[in-house]
Amino acid sequence: MTQSIVVQVGQCGNQVGCRFWDLALREHASVNKKGIYDEALSSFFRNVDTRRSDGDNNDISGGKIRSLKARAVLIDMEEGVVNEILQGPLRDVFDSKQLITDVSGSGNNWAVGHKVYGSTYREEIVENLRKAAEHCDCLQCFFVIHSMGGGTGSGLGTFVLNVLEDEFPEVYRIVTSVYPSAEDDVITSPYNSVLAMRELTEHADCVLPIENQSLVDIVNKIKHMSHSGKLGAEIKQSSTIISGQGGVKGQEKPFDAMNNIVANMLLNLTSSARFEGSLNMDLNEITMNLVPFPNLHYLVSSLSPLYTLADVNVPSRRLDQMFSDAFSKDHQLIHSDPKHSLYLACALIVRGDVQVSDLRRNIERLKPSLPFVSWNQEGWKTGLCSVPPVGHSHSLLALANNTCVKPTFIELKDRFMKLYKKRAHLHHYLHVDGMEQSCFSEAFSSLSSLIEEYNQLDATKGLLMTDAQRLNIAV
Amino acid sequence: MYTVAFPSFCVHGPRHEEDIMDLVRREVEKCDRLGGFFNMMSMAGGTGSGMGTYITQCLRDTYPHSFILNQVTWPYGTGEVIVQNYNSVLTLSHLYQSSDAILVHENDTVHKICAQLMNIKQISFKDVNKVIAHQLGSVLQPAYTEGASEYNRNPLGDLMKSMVCHPEYKLLGLRNIPQMSETSLAYSVFTWPGLLKHLRQMLIANAKMEEGIDWQVRPPAGGLPPAEKGTHNKQLRFNTSLANLLILRGKDVQSADTGGFMDPALYTSWLPPGVASSTWRTPMSFNRYEKSATLVSNSQFLLKPLDGIVGKAWNMFASRAYVHQYTQFGISEEDFLDSFTALEQIIASYTHL
Repeated sequence: MTQSIVVQVGQCGNQVGCRFWDLALREHASVNKKGIYDEALSSFFRNVDTRRSDGDNNDISGGKIRSLKARAVLIDMEEGVVNEILQGPLRDVFDSKQLITDVSGSGNNWAVGHKVYGSTYREEIVENLRKAAEHCDCLQCFFVIHSMGGGTGSGLGTFVLNVLEDEFPEVYRIVTSVYPSAEDDVITSPYNSVLAMRELTEHADCVLPIENQSLVDIVNKIKHMSHSGKLGAEIKQSSTIISGQGGVKGQEKPFDAMNNIVANMLLNLTSSARFEGSLNMDLNEITMNLVPFPNLHYLVSSLSPLYTLADVNVPSRRLDQMFSDAFSKDHQLIHSDPKHSLYLACALIVRGDVQVSDLRRNIERLKPSLPFVSWNQEGWKTGLCSVPPVGHSHSLLALANNTCVKPTFIELKDRFMKLYKKRAHLHHYLHVDGMEQSCFSEAFSSLSSLIEEYNQLDATKGLLMTDAQRLNIAV
Repeated sequence: MYTVAFPSFCVHGPRHEEDIMDLVRREVEKCDRLGGFFNMMSMAGGTGSGMGTYITQCLRDTYPHSFILNQVTWPYGTGEVIVQNYNSVLTLSHLYQSSDAILVHENDTVHKICAQLMNIKQISFKDVNKVIAHQLGSVLQPAYTEGASEYNRNPLGDLMKSMVCHPEYKLLGLRNIPQMSETSLAYSVFTWPGLLKHLRQMLIANAKMEEGIDWQVRPPAGGLPPAEKGTHNKQLRFNTSLANLLILRGKDVQSADTGGFMDPALYTSWLPPGVASSTWRTPMSFNRYEKSATLVSNSQFLLKPLDGIVGKAWNMFASRAYVHQYTQFGISEEDFLDSFTALEQIIASYTHL
């Protein structure tokens, strides 16, 4: 089995990351009753004998679990969040050597994060990543978690992305990026986001954009269901995708519910790489099948079910409903309208007691309502993992490469232009060593080209495409 | 080992060649007499298709005089893997060069057998694979070739001799009847004439299983010049054969009359039917079926699915979608074009049977 390393950068990245590790432990604990350090665990955790003091060589492979250490690198230029993690119940999961922190933060300035802290900490970052990679038998993927709107996650996060490509060119880079909503309280978030977008387009293999507003909507929907108290419709509390119950952490904090959704998305994404199933889907299969053109690697994710009903006697038309829900806008982690745009490719990662016939039946059922690009009419990639998430009998993560991300990018571009036209706040950036006006114009044109690529594909929508003329063979 | 699509041909193949060929050599040394290699793989994914193809090539290079039969699973038409059509094109074109014959199982067909004949409600891959295993067993289990008094020592070699007379025609299909659930089996009685009549019509009408057979399709009247015969075929969707092998297992097998398969009208004009049709028999029953009949055929039956795969792959290639994923691992656009050309050639050859 292969291993992955999570690199969490900035306040948002670390908070989401924290929830991921908590829920990952919870998931493995519910499956791994015997306390044996198995291959599933090794994909994200090391097994360490903490009694030995010879530094790095205390990994134990196989056998009983001694002390689990996350394969993670935590980076933040402020101490608040990381300190909290180190004082909280997850403190033993992280090795103090895995952290890179500073004191004053990036001031919501991409340039500070990328250029200043980037150059200051480059060596330490590379060192840290190398160590983490050395503990892996077969490192397959880096998961970067960050936000786009701020300074550290956005600037330093994308700097790390560059480093990953330079130092580990063969390891996949899957980035989970939280995009700012229109009413974001950080005024310069459009600058930060567009500057970061260019890095994502050029250096990431796959990006999973997330919008806070979508997460809020999902949380509200679940809370509404919990409180409506309809007879027979009671929700099993620990089963919702916003719940951290059963995890290590005690009290829930304000963003926990939202961050748990993202954490669950990551757990489902990696489920087939960790647990067995009748149709395995590894991470490199995701990057391969869902990315038909190198720059178009932005995937819309949606999760279902959001919760499980407590009453086990509810008939299981649930299974087909789960598939329908995954294609409903309410279940998406980003606001967009895939059904009215163009699908380039779609992956279905199914967990639990689901067979290939259920999969095929639902694909046949849903296909007619989903517009696919002409040369990829059957553009479905499927995976079946036999281990369901905690509290559910089955679950589905749908990843769609769809031109519906275009409006999000266009909006971002517009908000950027609003500020840039007036040169508002620009001096904060240009003061930074290494930062020039060209950085802005290049980032802007990168985003424009990306939007144009989506436009060209959209233009083919609804057109009756004739089959390409086949080769003529002399008989 | 997890791999990326066909690039496993370029990267993992060479990387693990020594270890794999070492293991093969050890197995070969254990054999008194090596009958050949039977490679099983899928066409859609990465390891099976890419590595499988690479290993077949290595086997051909290392054991130039051994028979190599590749059992290839064709993916469901509605994707399992988005780049399955590319992988299929690359796999088939390469296998054609190093393998002696390619025995095909289509997931869609086997799935229908599970659903409609075996009555399985929630079909799993285990069910699908069981059917494929049954079909393969019905071919490779011991049997007597015509006139023989001992079980065939070299089923692979005998299979090749009967089925692959020309290097341009290597695609083999399998039909096995009866196939049904345990409960139905208890209430069914079979006769050899009945089974053989069904199999013959399945062959002629290109039915993949024993349901929905089109009894309207008839072979063309004998004696027609080839050109006319060609159009006649197209009109009636008649499936022309190059070679057929019947394998009969079970009670009273000696009484089974296979004359229907010797009819020259079933075959392409440039082969005499005496050569093109053969039968193996054994009185031993197979896998709960009192009587079981298998037909291995080299015919036009795969023409439509093959054409479909090549068409879809070509459309995708026209937009250059996913090509960057292959070129970064060493498969160039020229390699793609070579593979497409090879397959169009195969399609043309089978079309003009």
